[in-house]
Amino acid sequence: MAFQHKHILGIESLSREDIELILNTGDAFKEINGRDIKKVPTLRGKTIINAFFEASTRTRLSFEIAGKRLSADTVNISGSTSSVVKGETLEDTAKNIEAMAPDIIVIRHGHSGAPHYLAERLETCSVVNAGDGAHEHPSQALLDLMTMREHKGRIEGLEVAIVGDITHSRVARSNIYALSKMGARVRLAGPGTMLPPGIERLGNVEVCANLLDAIKDADVVMMLRIQLERQSQTLLPSLREYARFYGLNTENIKLAKEDAIVMHPGPMNRGVEISTYVADGIQNVILDQVANGVAVRMALLYLVSGVESMQTQ
Amino acid sequence: MKAMLIRGGRVVDPSQNLDDILDILIQDGKVAKCGKQLKDSQAEIIDAKGKLVTPGLVDIHVHLRDPGLEYKEDIGSGTLSAVAGGFTSIACMPNTKPVNDNHTITRYILEKAAKEGHCRVFPIASITKGLSGESLSELGELREAGCYGASDDGKPVGNSEMMRRAMEYARPFGMTIISHAEDLSLVGSGVMNEGPVSTELGLKGIPWVAEDAATARDIMLAELTGCHLHVAHVSTKGSVELIRQAKRRGAPVTCEATPHHFTLTDEAVRGYNTNAKMNPPLRSEEDRLAICQGLADGTIDAIATDHAPHHIDEKNVEFNIAMNGVVGLETALPLTLKLVQDRVIDLNRAIELLTCGPSEALGLPVGGLQVGGDADLTIIDLDRKWTVAASQLNSKSKNTPFDGWAMQGAAVCTIVAGEIVYKLD
Repeated sequence: MAFQHKHILGIESLSREDIELILNTGDAFKEINGRDIKKVPTLRGKTIINAFFEASTRTRLSFEIAGKRLSADTVNISGSTSSVVKGETLEDTAKNIEAMAPDIIVIRHGHSGAPHYLAERLETCSVVNAGDGAHEHPSQALLDLMTMREHKGRIEGLEVAIVGDITHSRVARSNIYALSKMGARVRLAGPGTMLPPGIERLGNVEVCANLLDAIKDADVVMMLRIQLERQSQTLLPSLREYARFYGLNTENIKLAKEDAIVMHPGPMNRGVEISTYVADGIQNVILDQVANGVAVRMALLYLVSGVESMQTQ
Repeated sequence: MKAMLIRGGRVVDPSQNLDDILDILIQDGKVAKCGKQLKDSQAEIIDAKGKLVTPGLVDIHVHLRDPGLEYKEDIGSGTLSAVAGGFTSIACMPNTKPVNDNHTITRYILEKAAKEGHCRVFPIASITKGLSGESLSELGELREAGCYGASDDGKPVGNSEMMRRAMEYARPFGMTIISHAEDLSLVGSGVMNEGPVSTELGLKGIPWVAEDAATARDIMLAELTGCHLHVAHVSTKGSVELIRQAKRRGAPVTCEATPHHFTLTDEAVRGYNTNAKMNPPLRSEEDRLAICQGLADGTIDAIATDHAPHHIDEKNVEFNIAMNGVVGLETALPLTLKLVQDRVIDLNRAIELLTCGPSEALGLPVGGLQVGGDADLTIIDLDRKWTVAASQLNSKSKNTPFDGWAMQGAAVCTIVAGEIVYKLD
């Protein structure tokens, strides 16, 4: 089956078959990352711009490594070094980039919808969403699914708890879409100030009253990062209380299935949403997520580049 | 000035419960006669057979952006947009640069409107100087200069005591206080209605309670002070109900709703459509239906456009940073007539909501076809089908959410003080 999407804007617009193809392709690419010479010529001559208008270390690095292992030329620009600070509009910035004929723009932006805005206005290059506001973070959800499948052998039928600040989380939204499409069930928990209205309509979602209900008998427990910078607002009384009611620790993790895996999209606040003992515990697959991130991003870059359809012709 | 005889139209004037096939004779800019089989050999004849003849339409919520923001709109282009939409009187909001917070600005607007305008313009004063919410504008002089109402539109008067004093002070001058009802602490950094759509799009929401809480406060202040309160652009089910209850108690309250709020919901934001971004935001279907109900049962007194022109550069950006507002003067009439086609309201009620409803809410001396009164009329073709093309709008700005919409009904002739100011072939 050929991949039909020019852009990867979100999981919402992908089908179950698309997701399976991406995961299978990611599995195939994963082997390259273990080789002595970690490079294949697949995207040789392709140019990939990583345009990160919002701070990111892990995702940017992961996309950059993914591009380089496929032999693409990768160039990074960030919000602080781009013309955005000089008052240029996003459209102008993007069109200037496009005039230099890149093949793919990977964009991270603080405004929800920014990748869609670019996809509508750019004529030739593909847009890959690396996280837009509180909307979607498709490559994160895909690497999460890849990791779940690796450890659980399947996604269908899994009970997945996602805990934390759902309101501001693009990771939660993309995972809800992806897991629902693949036949898993999602349980959400978080402070009342961080559960947005109508979230259950996004997929196969149950909003739980508390952390314990969410993780009871779960196959996967995914803890979201609590944004320390939001503390000045009205959403939480203290991190101490957050840790007590919504933090994962060696006691409450026992409610989950014995073989449950613990995930976190990073960066972690140890002692807040996740205790150090759980973060480093036997159930944690957090670094597997990071490793799979490179493979799944290689798959995304490869599939949107259209190289696959050229080869099959 | 040559006399004019408008022949054979269906004359609907809700201010005098008039709905009949009649001729109207206009002399010296005034309605001279209204009756059957009128004759005047000197008069220019206008055949209105098969058409609707109404008092000139009135829009009490328009942003003309003049002075100071003429790159979006000015008095010439804004009033041209008005007459093209069938409006003969518009009230313009004070959030210009500088703010209309003193009689000099009011006189500038009125003089420019007399010189370059195509219709009547009624400036609205700001409640507080510079829209700061901190000290009262010179409402007495502003009333003398021609302001019938005062509003800090675009911003609520956050301080409850300030709003109370404004009402107490405005009352003896006979001014209406117009409330932009919004509790900013509940709005926060929201950019659209809070609900399933905002959750899905990952955009920060504005809950309905932000409007309802402010509406409730201002109704109570109106009851305390006896000042006439007009609530602008009602967008929530709760606000409609609060106003309905207040009217039942006899509170001195009127309100308006916009065509976009009775036509669209927050579903229109999907795709991050910045022409569906406005304040108050497009709400849920439940809210939309409540507004339709309010229009039908008399809770809502007027349809007003909140015509808010913005330059394309201010809309062609990411949704979060796009300006709030849409143009509305040239689409208000067909969207109101759509309510008639959809049997939400009848035709007489529709015309009432566009003529004497708004003029009475603000106390304007327009909105009817009384003999001896100013000859402001709109001739409407109820059957005319057309398609909205944003690029063809007369407004300087093209920020409409209705681009490409098929419409039925249009103003084919707009007459101000006996002069044809707009005519569609």
